[in-house]
Amino acid sequence: MKFDTPAGINPIDRERVIGRPHPRIEGPLKTTGRAVYSYEQHDAAPDAAYGYVVGSAVAKGRIARMDTSAAEGAPGVLAVVTAANTSPVKASGFYKAKPLAGPDIQHYHQAIALVVAETFEQARAAAQLLRVDYSRVDGAFDLTAARAGASRPKDKPDIRIGDVDKALATAAVTVDSTYTTPDHSHMMMEPHATIARWDGDQLTLWSAQQIVGWAVRDLSGKIGVPPEKIRIVASYIGGGFGGKGSVNSDAVLAALGARKANRAVKVALTRPLMPNNTTHRPATIQRVRLGAGRDGRLTAIAHESWSGNVPGGMAEAAADQTEMLYAGANRLIATRLATLDLPEGSAMRAPGEASGMMAIEIAMDELAEKLGMDPVELRIRNDMQVVPADPGRGGTDPQGGTSQADKSAGPKPFSTRQLVQCLRTGADRFGWSKRSGVPAARREGNLLIGMGMASAIRGAPIQAAGARATLRTDGLVSIETSMTDMGTGSYTIVGQTAAEMMGLPLDRVVVRLGDSQFPDSFGGGGQAGAATVTAGVYAACVKLREAVASRLGVNSADAEFTDGEVRSGNRRVPLKDAVKAGPITVEDRIEFGDLSKRFEQQTFGAHFAEVAVDAYTGEIRLRRMLAVCAAGRILNPLTARSQIIGGMTMGAGAALMEELAVDKRFGFFVNHDLAGYEVPVHADIPHQEVIFLDELDPTMSPLKAKGVGELGISGVAPAIANAVYNATGVRVRDYPITLDKHLTRLPALT
Amino acid sequence: MKPFTYERAKTPAEAAAAVARTPGAKFIAGGTNLLDLMKLEIETPTHLVDIQDLKLDRIEPTSGGGLRIGAFATNTATASDPRVRRDYGVLTRAIVAGASGQLRNKATTAGNLLQRTRCPYFYDPNMPCNKRKPGSGCSALGGYSRQLGIVGTSDACIATYPGDMAQAMRVLDASVETVDPQGQTRSIPIGDFHRLWGDTPHIETNLRRGELITGVTLPRPLGGQHFYQKVRDRASYAYALVSVAAVIQPDGSGRFAVGGIAPKPWRVAAADAAMPQGAKAAAAALLAGARPTEDNRFKVPLVERTLAAVMAEAKAA
Repeated sequence: MKFDTPAGINPIDRERVIGRPHPRIEGPLKTTGRAVYSYEQHDAAPDAAYGYVVGSAVAKGRIARMDTSAAEGAPGVLAVVTAANTSPVKASGFYKAKPLAGPDIQHYHQAIALVVAETFEQARAAAQLLRVDYSRVDGAFDLTAARAGASRPKDKPDIRIGDVDKALATAAVTVDSTYTTPDHSHMMMEPHATIARWDGDQLTLWSAQQIVGWAVRDLSGKIGVPPEKIRIVASYIGGGFGGKGSVNSDAVLAALGARKANRAVKVALTRPLMPNNTTHRPATIQRVRLGAGRDGRLTAIAHESWSGNVPGGMAEAAADQTEMLYAGANRLIATRLATLDLPEGSAMRAPGEASGMMAIEIAMDELAEKLGMDPVELRIRNDMQVVPADPGRGGTDPQGGTSQADKSAGPKPFSTRQLVQCLRTGADRFGWSKRSGVPAARREGNLLIGMGMASAIRGAPIQAAGARATLRTDGLVSIETSMTDMGTGSYTIVGQTAAEMMGLPLDRVVVRLGDSQFPDSFGGGGQAGAATVTAGVYAACVKLREAVASRLGVNSADAEFTDGEVRSGNRRVPLKDAVKAGPITVEDRIEFGDLSKRFEQQTFGAHFAEVAVDAYTGEIRLRRMLAVCAAGRILNPLTARSQIIGGMTMGAGAALMEELAVDKRFGFFVNHDLAGYEVPVHADIPHQEVIFLDELDPTMSPLKAKGVGELGISGVAPAIANAVYNATGVRVRDYPITLDKHLTRLPALT
Repeated sequence: MKPFTYERAKTPAEAAAAVARTPGAKFIAGGTNLLDLMKLEIETPTHLVDIQDLKLDRIEPTSGGGLRIGAFATNTATASDPRVRRDYGVLTRAIVAGASGQLRNKATTAGNLLQRTRCPYFYDPNMPCNKRKPGSGCSALGGYSRQLGIVGTSDACIATYPGDMAQAMRVLDASVETVDPQGQTRSIPIGDFHRLWGDTPHIETNLRRGELITGVTLPRPLGGQHFYQKVRDRASYAYALVSVAAVIQPDGSGRFAVGGIAPKPWRVAAADAAMPQGAKAAAAALLAGARPTEDNRFKVPLVERTLAAVMAEAKAA
């Protein structure tokens, strides 16, 4: 199916199953322990041996000598895999750092060996017997120090419109502030985990992977096994947040260990290994300059961002969303990347926006205060309905470094943009009018009370997607597609889509996900998954409807699939009659035309927060949170709400506690376990309210839907930061906002 | 984790003797800290002597009008004991401010007194650490030290004792009861139980080889108002940045110990005496000679402000 014109009315619009708050269809399996995750595939690999990953003890240097003999001779040990005794492992694919080091070391805890033994305890004990001599060399571990040497990534031209410096010089009111965000760890509940099994030259991995297609591609590239010889199964995933975007050391070393040991091998990363061995959200330094007239209208908006990474690693695109966020004639968006020898930075929930909004949305709060204007009103006043001059696209020379607006292209509209409605609804529902515009004005006993808000924006990508649909002889419809479910609700919305299309209740649909041998539908990432997979399932179901109509001898164009029947004119035939002669299986794939180029497709929202700050100790506790979201058709309000409140919780962590502490001498993240890296606990999270605005986006897909998994975090942390400022009158621009950063500047105790 | 042998002792003296005669042996109670450290090979006992059969889980009155809490009483049992809640509120409050419900169900009195520091460099076997590997150096000095100590530390180690329960016991002037391999018992004032690091940060208490904690005795109730205020970055399940355990009498006199800042529950007689002069004077006396790092300098004003909060609450009640 080709999708190149905006969707008209279709069976999805009936919303008999879609758009309804169905609980997760796989929920009972999970709550009763019957959902089989990657590490527990006992049926597939009943005799699996255990692999234990050994991480490098130094951040940069070489392995001068490694003696594996004691480990190899330890009880139960079957194999020790190192770079010296296995085929070369290449840096290839989405993650750039090598999953197996040697002799060169790129970062702390980079894997240097896998010890395979009969039991986990034997493998772990033997791992301590490796004798490794390193030659350690100095590295670059400090972003602040490396900032001066940062350069513009080739694929990220600066966006310059008008003359920012001139506009700032003449603006009635300006803000020029620098903000920092620290490195963040995904810290998903399920660690990276894989079982690998070879059957001849055929390799099967049961592996916690968000995108099985990428995992096949990247594993193939890294270990040199043809992709058609690799199958990856990821039936259930215990959270990913971008950290399972492709194969990590667990998957690569399980494959190599299984080959060497001639046994199925299972590998799970230990918690203390995860932050340094795998990827993280990179730290940023961001400078935001704003210029506005007394009326609050922005005349200049400049957002510059610096981050660091391993050679070849991506820049954190923290400034990008600012292009799409607010009006302003003079604009600068610039991204710079430094080389660091810390572990690799990569995607984590709303890469770019999560960090970028933490800066721009405090800057807007600072501007509102200088203007004496309500922060909600300031944002409404700077809304826009077309992309400003649409520069940096189309004919831009990516090598040129600077793009110029293509005046002939004409304005590019947003497909939908309900930012203002989100802001107004949120202000109304939150009781924003009760906020004092003067900071540190509201007290309750020893508590300083404040309210804050921020806008939210996150791109709405969608990918080509395929699915296989079968009408079985028992009348059930089964769907197979490679999309994964990280705990997000994919199973349920896939089932809802098929049920809606085929006119069945949800319990008449069987959903199978997360197998690279199923038709490809990308996976969970970039909040693309929901919109992508449901579009693919739609296409397959259209084809299935045609096949059913053909079997039943009715015209598929006017056939109505409802209540388990196919209705056409006066005819009403049970759907099941179509499979009297045997099941029907079809497969289709949806491909997208240029609608995403003709329309700017984004999701929008507004976040509101109320905090209480202890006037004595400076401790900050959240009291209320509200999110208002506009993201196309909400396929399932229950699972979508779970996505949003999960994002709000992660955003609260970013605001108040999450930070991978860098040791700039040894070059590693010091607090590399869940005792040291604090994420919010239940007691930190107050009442959370989520409102979805009615919206359909026919430019997206036949479902007219967008994802919400990353919109939920965008703007949360700055809303909290602004609430803290409103409570205390102390502006903290370095995240996380911990009590030490404002303690001695708090208002005097009464 | 290294392979180890295991036995369940029948009497306290037998347990003490078993540890004394076996090189590398250790006691195990709840295991909530020891097992984690064994997995990382920070602790490498060759033999574990389990004390669960020793009937040390009782909480009973003493002839002197106090309360004796068995070494194997769980934190949950102690915190919820009606006598503790009524007469030693600071202890209940301190215990429930620590860890999680699940851990408190398993953690014991003796184990909690012996829990080891949470310095992240101690927890990473690749890093120099005088406590883990004597003579290797202290990587926390000059490193990430936001959580670490500001007073009573040394050039060899700036780690803290991380627990909550012991802060309250220090305020209550509790005594640690022990038995040695010969069956001899002794009573150690809790203020003398933990050691300052000095040049030997790997030696953390004044227990002798094989000496087994059998219980903790609380003297007669002090009366007054009981407080435990724990300051942390998140609302629960976090170690204290600073905690204040205090008992304050109606006349403004009182006593307090501070957690999260030192190798042991930090209580200073001059600081207690200065309480009637207010938090500023008392905190100054408590922190005399403090040597904070750049990362944890904030703990100095935080101690004073937390104490002020406690004293204001006492006054308001």
